[in-house]
Amino acid sequence: MRYNERELLSLARQPAEKAAEIRMSVPKKGSVLKKRLVKLVVNFLFYFRTDEAEPIGALLLEHCRITKEEENVFSISFIEEPERKYCFECASEQQCQEWVEALKRASYEFLRRSLIFYRNEIQKMTGKDPLEQYGISEEARFQLGTHQQ
Amino acid sequence: MKLNERSVAHYATCDSPADHAGFLRKRVERHHHHAHHYSTSYQRRWFVLKGNLLFYFEERESREPVGLVVLEGCTVELCEAAEEFAFAIRFDDAGARAYVLVADGQATMEAWVKALSRASFDYMRLVVKELEKQLEEACKSLAACCKSPRRSSSSGRKRHLSNPALLPLQEKPSILENGYSTWGSGGCIPGGAACPDHDGGQAKPPPLPPRRRSATGSATGSPAPGLSPAMLESPVSPDTICFSKLHNWYGQEIVALRREWQERQKRGH
Repeated sequence: MRYNERELLSLARQPAEKAAEIRMSVPKKGSVLKKRLVKLVVNFLFYFRTDEAEPIGALLLEHCRITKEEENVFSISFIEEPERKYCFECASEQQCQEWVEALKRASYEFLRRSLIFYRNEIQKMTGKDPLEQYGISEEARFQLGTHQQ
Repeated sequence: MKLNERSVAHYATCDSPADHAGFLRKRVERHHHHAHHYSTSYQRRWFVLKGNLLFYFEERESREPVGLVVLEGCTVELCEAAEEFAFAIRFDDAGARAYVLVADGQATMEAWVKALSRASFDYMRLVVKELEKQLEEACKSLAACCKSPRRSSSSGRKRHLSNPALLPLQEKPSILENGYSTWGSGGCIPGGAACPDHDGGQAKPPPLPPRRRSATGSATGSPAPGLSPAMLESPVSPDTICFSKLHNWYGQEIVALRREWQERQKRGH
């Protein structure tokens, strides 16, 4: 599958929501935990060798499961391959929790559900659709009906 | 750079609905060293927009995308190609190529341009933040309107059902029509009971859905009058990842607020 790698690399250089040096392993046989710079930008998680400017890899965070594993450790897996886990060993339990929470909210799909939820709540409370003022109330991506998971 | 391509391709083809889809002709970019123009040929592809990702497939039925355009940071503009109904996806990066796409008519072109220009994660995040703020303000202004909260220590359910002589709720039909009927619908509350809507000037309120009963039960004895401070916190906080929890949380307060409104109306405010 072709993709615009150039733009993805550029995205990796943007200011991150969250970045830290975390030991990480990929779901490959014999893979060990290695120290990586892990950087969350929009719905992508980039990971770099700590002394390099260009990421080794990127994970699109849609339809993924973030799981708290044992102490200080969390994993990311994807719904079509739940056994293949990317593991992250944090420096502390607190750092681990913070990353789990941040990653759970880092998908476009999560944002969409949040938006639909708020829109609905505001409409119930005030009787008005808050998206009307922006002229976007009819857009497919904001509809309650179309995006039920 | 590696990308979790299998998962990305799965996201492209799985059931989750697309934000936009359709056939477009995609310009094939070929550089000629000695010429100053692109050779312009176009390939018809099936395009699927999901979130900030634009996938394209060889055919509508293809099981895997042939390509992906990550749209974050792009601009979308109409362009002066030889083709009618052409538009371009461009990126800030000086050397970046543009994706020139051609629709089959004015309406489809406009629909695509509209869908693509608001496809970024950043944009979605902005709108969510704005709505979060608006909801907070709506809650605050409702709290300010409530004169005598009269929150007793009895359970929420009991208080609600024993409320005598509720007026017919025509004054705020949009709130009350939607108030309960959506609780059970949608994917946010799995298995939640959909309460019957008011059946034309009912005298008693619809029953609370089971989920809310337990939620208000747990709120008994809360000494705070009116809205609790927790109400005004951002609901998108570390504790509220689960939407059913969010619904319960707001549900408790909305029930209380409705009762206050109804009593205000009774008093003729």
